[in-house]
Amino acid sequence: MKKIVIFLISSFLILFSNAKAADTIKLGILEDETGNFAIAVVPKIHAYELAVKEINAAGGVLGKKLEIVRYDTQSDNRRFQEFARRLIKKDKVDVVFGAFSSASRESIRGIMEKNKMLYFYNNQYEGGVCSKTTFMTGAVPEQQFSTLVPWMMEKYGKNVYTIAADYNFGQISAEWVRQIVKEAGGTMVGEEFIPLDVSQYSQTIQKIQKAKPDVLMTLLVGAKQASFYEQQASAGLGIPMATSINVGQAYEHRRFAPPALENMYVTVNYIQEVHEVIKSGEFHDKSKDYVKRFRALYPNEPYINMESANAYNAIYMYAKAVEKAGTTDTMKVVAALESGITQDGPSGVVTMDPKSHHGSHTIFLVRVGKNHTVTIPKIWKDIQPYWLGDNGCDLANKADYSQYTPSNPPKN
Amino acid sequence: MVFLFNIFYQFGDSLAFLLLAAIGLAVIFGMMKIINLAHGEFITVGAYGTVVSGKVFNLPLPIAMAFGVLVTIIFGLILEKFIIRYLYGRPLDSVVATWGISLIVSQSFLVIFGPSYEGLQTPMGNFQLGEFSYSEYRIFLIFSALFLLMLLYYLFMKTSFGTLARATIENPSISSSMGVDVKNIYTATFAIGAGLAGVTGALYAPTMTIVPSIGQAFIVSAFITVVTAGASPFVGLVPAAAFLGTVQTTVTFFYKSTIGLIAILCAVILIIRYLPNGFSGLILKKRSK
Repeated sequence: MKKIVIFLISSFLILFSNAKAADTIKLGILEDETGNFAIAVVPKIHAYELAVKEINAAGGVLGKKLEIVRYDTQSDNRRFQEFARRLIKKDKVDVVFGAFSSASRESIRGIMEKNKMLYFYNNQYEGGVCSKTTFMTGAVPEQQFSTLVPWMMEKYGKNVYTIAADYNFGQISAEWVRQIVKEAGGTMVGEEFIPLDVSQYSQTIQKIQKAKPDVLMTLLVGAKQASFYEQQASAGLGIPMATSINVGQAYEHRRFAPPALENMYVTVNYIQEVHEVIKSGEFHDKSKDYVKRFRALYPNEPYINMESANAYNAIYMYAKAVEKAGTTDTMKVVAALESGITQDGPSGVVTMDPKSHHGSHTIFLVRVGKNHTVTIPKIWKDIQPYWLGDNGCDLANKADYSQYTPSNPPKN
Repeated sequence: MVFLFNIFYQFGDSLAFLLLAAIGLAVIFGMMKIINLAHGEFITVGAYGTVVSGKVFNLPLPIAMAFGVLVTIIFGLILEKFIIRYLYGRPLDSVVATWGISLIVSQSFLVIFGPSYEGLQTPMGNFQLGEFSYSEYRIFLIFSALFLLMLLYYLFMKTSFGTLARATIENPSISSSMGVDVKNIYTATFAIGAGLAGVTGALYAPTMTIVPSIGQAFIVSAFITVVTAGASPFVGLVPAAAFLGTVQTTVTFFYKSTIGLIAILCAVILIIRYLPNGFSGLILKKRSK
């Protein structure tokens, strides 16, 4: 029923929008409104809509209104590919925003590149995408891990154990952790990759206890793997946990019964508690203002997460670049985005790095405490996405369409 | 000493999961030959029944669990009356029907309760032994699994209801002509199977993330355990679960979870190749000699 309604609405939109083509700038959005990832993604969709409403209310871009063409990709990579083609071929959008999981991003990135379609991926991820027509507004490992891991090692000790989801995100993120631990003079006392289907963790918990780490990196993904937190709390594991993905995306600290996440540290570039924890100053004011505008439009949003801030910034950056380029032509907008576009967003200024097409970020270290209350023991300002640029990815001067990892860096 | 306890704990945990995953299916598939692809959803109903009643009515956990089981039994009775009743002796049709039921149920949970529901805290505490700490509730799960299995064995092998149930399923027309109320026996047996799946859901609910697909985590383990148990599930279930549990724990101990999962599936392939009647076939053959 829902599919039929969406189909009717979208076919109506296609007919309707073709009739008045050049009057609007069309923004294609592919996000998982339903399925596995919906919890973390719905705030993103609302953030796109908030930004578009605000820009249109202020007169639009180049005198044109922004118009969203959106499909529900249902957390299914095949849907992503199907709808990506539809956005490009049928809807003839000017730009595409979207994807939550790295698997879904990789399933459509090739389609975008082949069709010279400007694409914004607005999610924290494992890093390393160096692509001429792709821009990343989310945080990457050199922003989330090179802050978090050394801080944890200094506070708790140098022995680190990683458990990670066994697919591209977990594998590459774990590689980052390994590298940063080594650079900071620590030791990896264990590492385990866990299939997404595993929901029972007694053996994993005992292996961790045997290795006696000071810090446990938990790079677990999905509902089944999330059962680890309840099980480690009930077994009394009691080792400080650190991660780049929980809290900031699917707000587990609000959904799980305490003390499952107690003593977990997460690096995020935004969460809605920022202004509740930080009582004054720039970050307080900007977060409070963002939440107020968001709630005015979506009063029942359960949580305003970090990816919502990334989605919101992405729309503004695109609008600024089009304004600057004076056209929606892909390569001209790419050039404008490579001119050092900045956006003053919910957590301060984000600058687009011309070399790697990633954004700089304010990084907040969030600690989940007793009864899952949140504190912010440390803020790192203006952390650059330096790794790709330092290793030879220079998109402003040299086109590339690859994803790199620490063990497979760009060739100079 | 600690080492031995660790072996007991890890093996017991794995055994409990396999047994509890399989226990409802052992009745519905092992005995009644309904290939119940909605088994996972029965577990989901039990889990949600427990968590939702615990949250909404603020019930203490054991009562909430009993409520969850009751809901699953009622759910099983309704399904039996309107759908399953027409599928006895039609195993392939039961696949299609129960698969449909499974889709409808899990999507309904998604629509009603959303993609995730706030969980309950795991009851009981933990204790320390040397450098390790253990969850007491996990130990409780091991004993619950064994207790439930003994109860099941007693019910179907030692009571008159059990005799009637086995006779009815073996040959409904003769049983009927001997004056057995075949319809009611079928209904009751199915409800027991559903209720046991509900117990599994209720017991694991406080240890897992409550999502509409929670039952899916059990379904593979359930089928492989019941299949390796063989034709007489009450005899074969424990050795089957013990064997698979040993394979999984040992391989995971020396390698990692991924290899552990592969090993358990390879073990099942070997079992159904060389012991087509499963463990119960092996045991019963030895007994009859």
